Amino acid sequence: MEIRCIKADAVTKTVKKLFMDCNYYIGNDIMGALENSYTTENSPIGKNVLAQIIKNDKIAAQEKIPVCQDTGMAILFVEYGDKVVIEDGCFNDAVNEGVRQAYNDGYLRKSVVSDPVFDRVNTKDNTPAIIHTKIISGNTIKITAGGKGFGSENMSAIKMLTPSYGVEGVKKFVLDTVFKAGPNPCPPIVVGVGIGGTFERAAQLAKKATFRSIDTHNEDRRYAKLEQELLSEINKMGFGPAGLGGSTTALGVNIETSPTHIAGMPVAVNICCHAARHASAII
Amino acid sequence: MQKRIKLPLTDKDIKELKAGDSVLITGTLLTARDAAHKRLFELIEKGKKLPVDIKGQIIYYVGPAPAKPGHTVGPAGPTSSYRMDKYTPSLLDLGLKGMIGKGARNKDVVDAIVKNNCVYFAAIGGAAALIAKSIKKEEMLCYEDLGTEAIRRYTVEDFPCIVAIDCEGNNVYETGPLKYRK
Repeated sequence: MEIRCIKADAVTKTVKKLFMDCNYYIGNDIMGALENSYTTENSPIGKNVLAQIIKNDKIAAQEKIPVCQDTGMAILFVEYGDKVVIEDGCFNDAVNEGVRQAYNDGYLRKSVVSDPVFDRVNTKDNTPAIIHTKIISGNTIKITAGGKGFGSENMSAIKMLTPSYGVEGVKKFVLDTVFKAGPNPCPPIVVGVGIGGTFERAAQLAKKATFRSIDTHNEDRRYAKLEQELLSEINKMGFGPAGLGGSTTALGVNIETSPTHIAGMPVAVNICCHAARHASAII
Repeated sequence: MQKRIKLPLTDKDIKELKAGDSVLITGTLLTARDAAHKRLFELIEKGKKLPVDIKGQIIYYVGPAPAKPGHTVGPAGPTSSYRMDKYTPSLLDLGLKGMIGKGARNKDVVDAIVKNNCVYFAAIGGAAALIAKSIKKEEMLCYEDLGTEAIRRYTVEDFPCIVAIDCEGNNVYETGPLKYRK
Protein backbone atom coordinates (compact mmCIF):
# COMPACT_ATOMS: atom_id res chain seq x y z
CA MET A 1 0.00 0.00 0.00
CA GLU A 2 1.29 3.45 -0.90
CA ILE A 3 1.85 6.24 1.55
CA ARG A 4 -1.08 8.69 1.47
CA CYS A 5 -0.77 12.38 2.35
CA ILE A 6 -3.67 14.06 4.15
CA LYS A 7 -3.67 17.78 4.78
CA ALA A 8 -3.91 18.90 8.41
CA ASP A 9 -6.73 21.18 7.33
CA ALA A 10 -8.82 18.19 6.18
CA VAL A 11 -8.52 16.70 9.67
CA THR A 12 -9.50 20.02 11.27
CA LYS A 13 -12.56 20.42 9.02
CA THR A 14 -13.74 16.87 9.69
CA VAL A 15 -13.33 17.20 13.46
CA LYS A 16 -15.15 20.55 13.47
CA LYS A 17 -18.12 19.11 11.60
CA LEU A 18 -18.30 15.99 13.80
CA PHE A 19 -18.46 17.99 17.04
CA MET A 20 -21.07 20.41 15.71
CA ASP A 21 -23.19 17.58 14.27
CA CYS A 22 -23.08 15.36 17.35
CA ASN A 23 -24.12 18.23 19.61
CA TYR A 24 -27.05 19.32 17.40
CA TYR A 25 -28.40 16.02 16.13
CA ILE A 26 -29.17 13.20 18.54
CA GLY A 27 -28.60 9.77 16.95
CA ASN A 28 -31.43 7.68 15.50
CA ASP A 29 -30.63 4.95 18.04
CA ILE A 30 -31.32 7.28 20.98
CA MET A 31 -34.37 8.93 19.39
CA GLY A 32 -35.84 5.51 18.59
CA ALA A 33 -35.28 4.30 22.16
CA LEU A 34 -36.78 7.51 23.63
CA GLU A 35 -39.90 7.19 21.44
CA ASN A 36 -40.25 3.53 22.31
CA SER A 37 -39.85 4.29 26.04
CA TYR A 38 -42.54 6.96 25.79
CA THR A 39 -45.04 4.27 24.84
CA THR A 40 -43.93 1.82 27.57
CA GLU A 41 -43.26 4.22 30.50
CA ASN A 42 -45.59 3.56 33.46
CA SER A 43 -45.22 6.83 35.34
CA PRO A 44 -47.22 9.91 34.24
CA ILE A 45 -44.38 12.26 35.31
CA GLY A 46 -41.91 9.97 33.53
CA LYS A 47 -43.97 10.07 30.35
CA ASN A 48 -44.13 13.85 30.54
CA VAL A 49 -40.35 14.06 31.00
CA LEU A 50 -39.75 11.78 27.99
CA ALA A 51 -42.09 13.92 25.88
CA GLN A 52 -40.09 17.02 26.86
CA ILE A 53 -36.78 15.33 26.02
CA ILE A 54 -38.07 14.21 22.60
CA LYS A 55 -39.41 17.73 21.93
CA ASN A 56 -36.08 19.19 23.07
CA ASP A 57 -34.03 17.00 20.75
CA LYS A 58 -36.26 17.93 17.79
CA ILE A 59 -35.94 21.66 18.53
CA ALA A 60 -32.15 21.31 18.76
CA ALA A 61 -31.93 19.60 15.35
CA GLN A 62 -34.27 22.11 13.70
CA GLU A 63 -32.52 25.18 15.07
CA LYS A 64 -29.01 23.70 14.92
CA ILE A 65 -28.36 24.35 18.60
CA PRO A 66 -26.93 21.89 21.17
CA VAL A 67 -29.38 19.42 22.73
CA CYS A 68 -27.74 20.10 26.11
CA GLN A 69 -25.88 23.17 27.40
CA ASP A 70 -23.15 20.83 28.64
CA THR A 71 -21.54 20.21 25.28
CA GLY A 72 -18.95 18.23 27.14
CA MET A 73 -15.29 17.51 26.93
CA ALA A 74 -14.29 16.61 23.39
CA ILE A 75 -13.40 12.93 23.09
CA LEU A 76 -12.15 11.15 19.98
CA PHE A 77 -11.53 7.51 19.16
CA VAL A 78 -9.21 7.44 16.19
CA GLU A 79 -8.20 4.54 13.98
CA TYR A 80 -5.13 5.90 12.27
CA GLY A 81 -3.86 4.10 9.18
CA ASP A 82 -0.11 3.50 9.34
CA LYS A 83 0.34 4.62 5.71
CA VAL A 84 -1.04 8.11 6.39
CA VAL A 85 1.23 11.14 6.61
CA ILE A 86 -0.17 14.49 7.77
CA GLU A 87 0.96 17.36 5.56
CA ASP A 88 1.60 20.84 6.95
CA GLY A 89 1.12 20.03 10.57
CA CYS A 90 0.67 17.38 13.20
CA PHE A 91 -2.41 15.24 13.75
CA ASN A 92 -3.11 16.17 17.39
CA ASP A 93 -2.80 19.91 16.68
CA ALA A 94 -5.16 19.57 13.72
CA VAL A 95 -7.70 17.77 15.93
CA ASN A 96 -7.50 20.43 18.65
CA GLU A 97 -7.92 23.16 16.02
CA GLY A 98 -11.09 21.39 14.85
CA VAL A 99 -12.39 21.29 18.43
CA ARG A 100 -11.54 24.97 18.89
CA GLN A 101 -13.41 25.93 15.71
CA ALA A 102 -16.43 23.75 16.48
CA TYR A 103 -16.88 25.13 20.00
CA ASN A 104 -16.32 28.74 18.92
CA ASP A 105 -18.14 28.85 15.57
CA GLY A 106 -20.80 26.34 16.59
CA TYR A 107 -21.93 28.17 19.77
CA LEU A 108 -20.99 25.21 21.98
CA ARG A 109 -20.15 25.71 25.64
CA LYS A 110 -16.50 25.89 26.64
CA SER A 111 -16.28 23.69 29.71
CA VAL A 112 -12.59 22.87 30.13
CA VAL A 113 -10.33 24.29 32.86
CA SER A 114 -6.56 24.18 32.47
CA ASP A 115 -5.61 23.00 35.96
CA PRO A 116 -7.87 20.57 37.83
CA VAL A 117 -7.12 21.57 41.43
CA PHE A 118 -5.54 24.99 41.92
CA ASP A 119 -6.23 27.43 39.08
CA ARG A 120 -9.36 26.04 37.40
CA VAL A 121 -9.16 28.71 34.71
CA ASN A 122 -11.27 28.11 31.61
CA THR A 123 -9.19 27.47 28.46
CA LYS A 124 -11.95 29.33 26.55
CA ASP A 125 -11.89 27.03 23.50
CA ASN A 126 -12.73 23.64 25.04
CA THR A 127 -9.27 22.24 24.27
CA PRO A 128 -7.42 20.05 24.88
CA ALA A 129 -9.43 17.16 23.47
CA ILE A 130 -9.07 13.63 24.84
CA ILE A 131 -7.68 11.65 21.90
CA HIS A 132 -7.54 7.83 21.92
CA THR A 133 -5.48 6.72 18.94
CA LYS A 134 -5.11 3.19 17.65
CA ILE A 135 -2.67 2.60 14.81
CA ILE A 136 -4.17 0.26 12.24
CA SER A 137 -2.96 -1.05 8.91
CA GLY A 138 -4.18 1.12 6.02
CA ASN A 139 -4.26 4.58 4.49
CA THR A 140 -7.38 6.12 6.03
CA ILE A 141 -8.22 7.82 9.31
CA LYS A 142 -11.50 6.89 11.02
CA ILE A 143 -12.65 9.32 13.67
CA THR A 144 -15.51 8.80 16.12
CA ALA A 145 -16.13 11.97 18.10
CA GLY A 146 -18.38 12.76 21.00
CA GLY A 147 -18.99 15.42 23.62
CA LYS A 148 -19.29 14.01 27.11
CA GLY A 149 -21.14 15.95 29.79
CA PHE A 150 -19.94 15.68 33.36
CA GLY A 151 -23.26 15.22 35.15
CA SER A 152 -23.03 11.60 34.11
CA GLU A 153 -19.22 11.36 33.88
CA ASN A 154 -19.02 12.14 37.62
CA MET A 155 -21.21 9.10 38.35
CA SER A 156 -18.80 6.64 36.72
CA ALA A 157 -16.62 4.17 38.60
CA ILE A 158 -13.93 1.52 38.22
CA LYS A 159 -13.12 -1.50 40.34
CA MET A 160 -10.29 -4.01 40.18
CA LEU A 161 -12.33 -7.19 40.59
CA THR A 162 -10.44 -10.48 40.79
CA PRO A 163 -11.32 -13.69 38.90
CA SER A 164 -13.25 -15.40 41.70
CA TYR A 165 -15.90 -12.65 41.58
CA GLY A 166 -17.12 -14.12 38.25
CA VAL A 167 -20.04 -12.78 36.28
CA GLU A 168 -22.07 -12.21 39.46
CA GLY A 169 -19.37 -9.83 40.72
CA VAL A 170 -19.48 -7.92 37.43
CA LYS A 171 -23.27 -7.61 37.61
CA LYS A 172 -23.19 -6.45 41.22
CA PHE A 173 -20.61 -3.75 40.56
CA VAL A 174 -22.45 -2.40 37.50
CA LEU A 175 -25.81 -2.36 39.31
CA ASP A 176 -24.34 -0.83 42.49
CA THR A 177 -22.74 1.95 40.44
CA VAL A 178 -25.97 2.74 38.58
CA PHE A 179 -27.99 2.61 41.81
CA LYS A 180 -25.60 4.97 43.56
CA ALA A 181 -25.84 7.39 40.62
CA GLY A 182 -29.63 7.46 41.05
CA PRO A 183 -31.25 10.59 39.58
CA ASN A 184 -28.01 12.54 39.03
CA PRO A 185 -26.71 11.43 35.59
CA CYS A 186 -29.84 12.60 33.68
CA PRO A 187 -31.72 9.33 33.20
CA PRO A 188 -32.71 7.62 31.00
CA ILE A 189 -29.02 6.77 30.78
CA VAL A 190 -26.75 4.75 28.53
CA VAL A 191 -24.37 2.51 30.48
CA GLY A 192 -20.95 1.70 29.05
CA VAL A 193 -19.15 -1.23 30.67
CA GLY A 194 -15.50 -2.07 30.05
CA ILE A 195 -14.27 -5.44 31.30
CA GLY A 196 -10.70 -6.73 31.21
CA GLY A 197 -7.36 -5.28 30.17
CA THR A 198 -5.66 -3.17 32.80
CA PHE A 199 -6.84 -0.31 35.04
CA GLU A 200 -6.73 2.28 32.24
CA ARG A 201 -7.83 -0.06 29.44
CA ALA A 202 -11.03 -0.98 31.27
CA ALA A 203 -11.92 2.71 31.66
CA GLN A 204 -11.19 3.37 27.99
CA LEU A 205 -13.34 0.41 26.93
CA ALA A 206 -16.22 1.66 29.06
CA LYS A 207 -16.07 5.01 27.30
CA LYS A 208 -15.84 3.28 23.93
CA ALA A 209 -18.94 1.28 24.85
CA THR A 210 -20.94 4.48 25.38
CA PHE A 211 -19.91 5.56 21.86
CA ARG A 212 -21.43 2.42 20.34
CA SER A 213 -25.01 2.68 19.04
CA ILE A 214 -27.48 1.22 21.53
CA ASP A 215 -29.24 -0.76 18.82
CA THR A 216 -26.12 -2.94 18.46
CA HIS A 217 -25.08 -5.82 20.74
CA ASN A 218 -21.78 -7.32 21.81
CA GLU A 219 -20.73 -9.89 19.19
CA ASP A 220 -20.19 -12.56 21.85
CA ARG A 221 -23.64 -13.96 22.69
CA ARG A 222 -22.77 -14.33 26.38
CA TYR A 223 -21.99 -10.62 26.70
CA ALA A 224 -24.99 -9.67 24.55
CA LYS A 225 -27.15 -11.60 27.03
CA LEU A 226 -25.44 -9.86 29.94
CA GLU A 227 -26.20 -6.47 28.31
CA GLN A 228 -29.89 -7.40 28.20
CA GLU A 229 -29.95 -8.73 31.76
CA LEU A 230 -28.30 -5.61 33.15
CA LEU A 231 -30.68 -3.34 31.22
CA SER A 232 -33.66 -5.19 32.59
CA GLU A 233 -32.32 -5.06 36.18
CA ILE A 234 -31.54 -1.33 35.91
CA ASN A 235 -35.06 -0.60 34.71
CA LYS A 236 -36.43 -2.28 37.84
CA MET A 237 -34.68 0.34 40.03
CA GLY A 238 -37.53 2.77 39.53
CA PHE A 239 -35.51 5.98 39.09
CA GLY A 240 -37.18 6.65 35.75
CA PRO A 241 -36.85 9.69 33.47
CA ALA A 242 -35.07 12.57 35.25
CA GLY A 243 -34.96 10.35 38.35
CA LEU A 244 -38.47 11.37 39.39
CA GLY A 245 -39.78 7.80 39.31
CA GLY A 246 -40.65 5.45 36.47
CA SER A 247 -39.80 2.35 34.50
CA THR A 248 -37.26 3.90 32.08
CA THR A 249 -33.97 4.40 33.91
CA ALA A 250 -31.68 3.22 31.09
CA LEU A 251 -32.03 3.12 27.30
CA GLY A 252 -29.18 0.72 26.75
CA VAL A 253 -26.21 -1.16 28.22
CA ASN A 254 -23.15 -1.72 26.03
CA ILE A 255 -20.27 -3.99 27.07
CA GLU A 256 -16.77 -4.02 25.57
CA THR A 257 -14.14 -6.52 26.65
CA SER A 258 -10.41 -7.12 26.37
CA PRO A 259 -7.96 -9.89 27.31
CA THR A 260 -6.64 -9.43 30.84
CA HIS A 261 -4.10 -10.76 33.37
CA ILE A 262 -4.47 -14.19 35.06
CA ALA A 263 -4.93 -12.42 38.39
CA GLY A 264 -7.41 -9.75 37.32
CA MET A 265 -10.88 -8.82 36.10
CA PRO A 266 -11.08 -5.00 36.03
CA VAL A 267 -14.56 -3.56 35.49
CA ALA A 268 -15.26 0.06 34.60
CA VAL A 269 -18.71 1.62 34.36
CA ASN A 270 -19.03 4.83 32.36
CA ILE A 271 -22.47 6.36 32.67
CA CYS A 272 -23.81 8.58 29.90
CA CYS A 273 -26.94 10.75 30.00
CA HIS A 274 -29.78 10.42 27.45
CA ALA A 275 -27.91 12.93 25.28
CA ALA A 276 -25.45 10.20 24.22
CA ARG A 277 -23.69 12.06 21.44
CA HIS A 278 -21.32 10.59 18.92
CA ALA A 279 -20.62 10.91 15.20
CA SER A 280 -18.11 9.22 12.87
CA ALA A 281 -16.29 9.98 9.65
CA ILE A 282 -13.57 8.41 7.54
CA ILE A 283 -10.92 10.55 5.87
CA MET B 1 -52.37 19.57 35.87
CA GLN B 2 -49.74 22.26 35.69
CA LYS B 3 -49.87 25.05 38.23
CA ARG B 4 -48.75 28.54 37.15
CA ILE B 5 -46.65 30.34 39.75
CA LYS B 6 -45.19 33.85 39.83
CA LEU B 7 -41.88 34.94 41.36
CA PRO B 8 -41.03 36.24 43.89
CA LEU B 9 -42.69 33.55 46.01
CA THR B 10 -44.42 34.57 49.24
CA ASP B 11 -44.26 32.31 52.30
CA LYS B 12 -47.89 31.42 51.61
CA ASP B 13 -47.09 30.50 47.95
CA ILE B 14 -44.33 28.18 49.18
CA LYS B 15 -46.62 26.45 51.68
CA GLU B 16 -49.05 25.64 48.87
CA LEU B 17 -46.40 23.88 46.75
CA LYS B 18 -46.39 20.11 47.24
CA ALA B 19 -43.67 17.66 46.20
CA GLY B 20 -44.61 16.20 42.81
CA ASP B 21 -46.55 19.27 41.57
CA SER B 22 -45.83 20.25 37.98
CA VAL B 23 -45.40 24.01 37.78
CA LEU B 24 -44.80 26.71 35.17
CA ILE B 25 -42.65 29.48 36.65
CA THR B 26 -42.85 33.12 35.55
CA GLY B 27 -40.73 35.98 36.89
CA THR B 28 -37.05 36.72 37.47
CA LEU B 29 -34.45 34.41 38.95
CA LEU B 30 -30.69 34.37 39.50
CA THR B 31 -28.27 31.93 37.92
CA ALA B 32 -25.28 30.47 39.75
CA ARG B 33 -23.36 27.18 39.76
CA ASP B 34 -20.15 25.75 41.21
CA ALA B 35 -17.63 28.58 40.89
CA ALA B 36 -20.09 31.41 41.74
CA HIS B 37 -21.31 29.46 44.79
CA LYS B 38 -17.73 29.03 45.98
CA ARG B 39 -17.17 32.80 45.78
CA LEU B 40 -20.47 33.63 47.52
CA PHE B 41 -19.71 31.12 50.26
CA GLU B 42 -16.25 32.55 50.86
CA LEU B 43 -17.76 36.04 51.26
CA ILE B 44 -20.34 34.70 53.74
CA GLU B 45 -17.59 32.98 55.74
CA LYS B 46 -15.66 36.27 55.96
CA GLY B 47 -18.85 38.10 56.96
CA LYS B 48 -18.73 40.28 53.83
CA LYS B 49 -21.63 41.64 51.76
CA LEU B 50 -22.68 39.60 48.71
CA PRO B 51 -22.51 41.25 45.26
CA VAL B 52 -26.16 40.30 44.59
CA ASP B 53 -29.17 40.45 46.89
CA ILE B 54 -30.37 36.87 47.32
CA LYS B 55 -33.18 37.66 49.79
CA GLY B 56 -36.48 36.27 48.52
CA GLN B 57 -34.81 35.03 45.32
CA ILE B 58 -34.63 31.71 43.49
CA ILE B 59 -31.26 30.47 42.16
CA TYR B 60 -31.20 28.40 38.97
CA TYR B 61 -28.17 26.09 38.74
CA VAL B 62 -27.16 26.61 35.12
CA GLY B 63 -24.18 27.28 32.92
CA PRO B 64 -25.70 28.14 29.55
CA ALA B 65 -24.18 27.53 26.12
CA PRO B 66 -23.53 30.71 24.11
CA ALA B 67 -26.52 32.23 22.32
CA LYS B 68 -26.61 31.99 18.54
CA PRO B 69 -27.24 35.33 16.80
CA GLY B 70 -30.98 36.02 16.96
CA HIS B 71 -31.46 33.94 20.13
CA THR B 72 -31.97 35.51 23.61
CA VAL B 73 -29.97 32.78 25.33
CA GLY B 74 -28.24 29.58 24.34
CA PRO B 75 -29.41 26.16 25.54
CA ALA B 76 -29.75 26.42 29.33
CA GLY B 77 -30.72 23.24 31.17
CA PRO B 78 -30.10 22.53 34.85
CA THR B 79 -26.82 21.18 36.21
CA SER B 80 -26.51 18.60 39.04
CA SER B 81 -27.50 20.23 42.32
CA TYR B 82 -25.60 18.04 44.80
CA ARG B 83 -22.38 19.88 43.98
CA MET B 84 -23.90 22.99 45.57
CA ASP B 85 -24.99 21.12 48.75
CA LYS B 86 -21.98 22.38 50.70
CA TYR B 87 -22.98 26.00 50.09
CA THR B 88 -26.80 25.92 49.97
CA PRO B 89 -27.74 25.91 53.71
CA SER B 90 -25.83 29.18 54.28
CA LEU B 91 -27.63 30.83 51.38
CA LEU B 92 -31.04 29.63 52.60
CA ASP B 93 -30.25 30.95 56.09
CA LEU B 94 -29.56 34.35 54.47
CA GLY B 95 -33.00 34.51 52.86
CA LEU B 96 -32.73 32.62 49.54
CA LYS B 97 -36.20 31.11 48.99
CA GLY B 98 -35.46 28.30 46.59
CA MET B 99 -33.38 26.60 43.94
CA ILE B 100 -33.95 25.05 40.53
CA GLY B 101 -31.63 22.22 39.56
CA LYS B 102 -31.59 18.50 38.96
CA GLY B 103 -30.96 15.49 41.14
CA ALA B 104 -30.87 14.66 44.82
CA ARG B 105 -29.85 16.95 47.75
CA ASN B 106 -28.22 15.93 51.01
CA LYS B 107 -29.86 15.98 54.44
CA ASP B 108 -28.34 19.35 55.42
CA VAL B 109 -30.03 20.97 52.42
CA VAL B 110 -33.39 19.30 53.09
CA ASP B 111 -33.21 20.40 56.74
CA ALA B 112 -32.39 23.99 55.72
CA ILE B 113 -35.30 23.97 53.24
CA VAL B 114 -37.71 22.94 56.02
CA LYS B 115 -36.21 25.30 58.62
CA ASN B 116 -36.45 28.35 56.32
CA ASN B 117 -39.73 27.52 54.53
CA CYS B 118 -38.11 27.13 51.11
CA VAL B 119 -38.57 24.94 48.02
CA TYR B 120 -36.40 22.97 45.59
CA PHE B 121 -37.59 22.59 42.01
CA ALA B 122 -36.37 20.03 39.48
CA ALA B 123 -35.98 21.04 35.86
CA ILE B 124 -35.44 18.37 33.20
CA GLY B 125 -31.74 17.65 32.73
CA GLY B 126 -30.83 17.64 29.06
CA ALA B 127 -33.90 19.61 27.94
CA ALA B 128 -31.72 22.68 27.43
CA ALA B 129 -32.97 23.76 24.00
CA LEU B 130 -36.59 23.52 25.17
CA ILE B 131 -35.97 25.38 28.45
CA ALA B 132 -34.20 28.21 26.58
CA LYS B 133 -37.57 28.96 24.91
CA SER B 134 -38.98 30.06 28.26
CA ILE B 135 -36.09 32.44 29.02
CA LYS B 136 -37.10 35.85 27.69
CA LYS B 137 -34.35 38.12 28.96
CA GLU B 138 -30.82 37.80 30.31
CA GLU B 139 -28.78 40.35 32.28
CA MET B 140 -25.21 39.92 33.48
CA LEU B 141 -25.00 40.72 37.21
CA CYS B 142 -21.51 39.79 38.38
CA TYR B 143 -18.50 37.44 38.11
CA GLU B 144 -18.41 37.93 34.33
CA ASP B 145 -14.87 36.52 34.38
CA LEU B 146 -16.38 33.11 35.13
CA GLY B 147 -17.92 32.98 31.63
CA THR B 148 -20.75 30.47 31.59
CA GLU B 149 -20.57 30.31 35.41
CA ALA B 150 -21.22 34.06 35.92
CA ILE B 151 -24.23 35.22 37.93
CA ARG B 152 -27.02 36.39 35.62
CA ARG B 153 -30.62 37.44 36.01
CA TYR B 154 -33.10 35.55 33.83
CA THR B 155 -36.63 36.68 33.14
CA VAL B 156 -38.61 33.49 32.51
CA GLU B 157 -42.12 32.75 31.31
CA ASP B 158 -43.76 29.40 31.96
CA PHE B 159 -40.48 27.64 32.80
CA PRO B 160 -41.57 23.98 33.30
CA CYS B 161 -40.41 22.47 36.61
CA ILE B 162 -41.49 19.91 39.17
CA VAL B 163 -41.58 20.56 42.93
CA ALA B 164 -38.89 18.11 44.06
CA ILE B 165 -38.57 18.97 47.76
CA ASP B 166 -41.33 20.99 49.43
CA CYS B 167 -41.24 23.07 52.61
CA GLU B 168 -42.23 20.06 54.71
CA GLY B 169 -39.28 18.06 53.42
CA ASN B 170 -41.29 15.74 51.17
CA ASN B 171 -38.87 14.59 48.50
CA VAL B 172 -39.88 13.25 45.08
CA TYR B 173 -36.36 11.90 44.48
CA GLU B 174 -37.09 9.47 47.34
CA THR B 175 -40.80 8.78 46.95
CA GLY B 176 -40.96 8.72 43.10
CA PRO B 177 -38.49 5.88 42.47
CA LEU B 178 -39.90 3.82 45.39
CA LYS B 179 -43.29 3.66 43.64
CA TYR B 180 -41.73 2.03 40.58
CA ARG B 181 -39.01 -0.10 42.22
CA LYS B 182 -39.49 -3.84 41.67
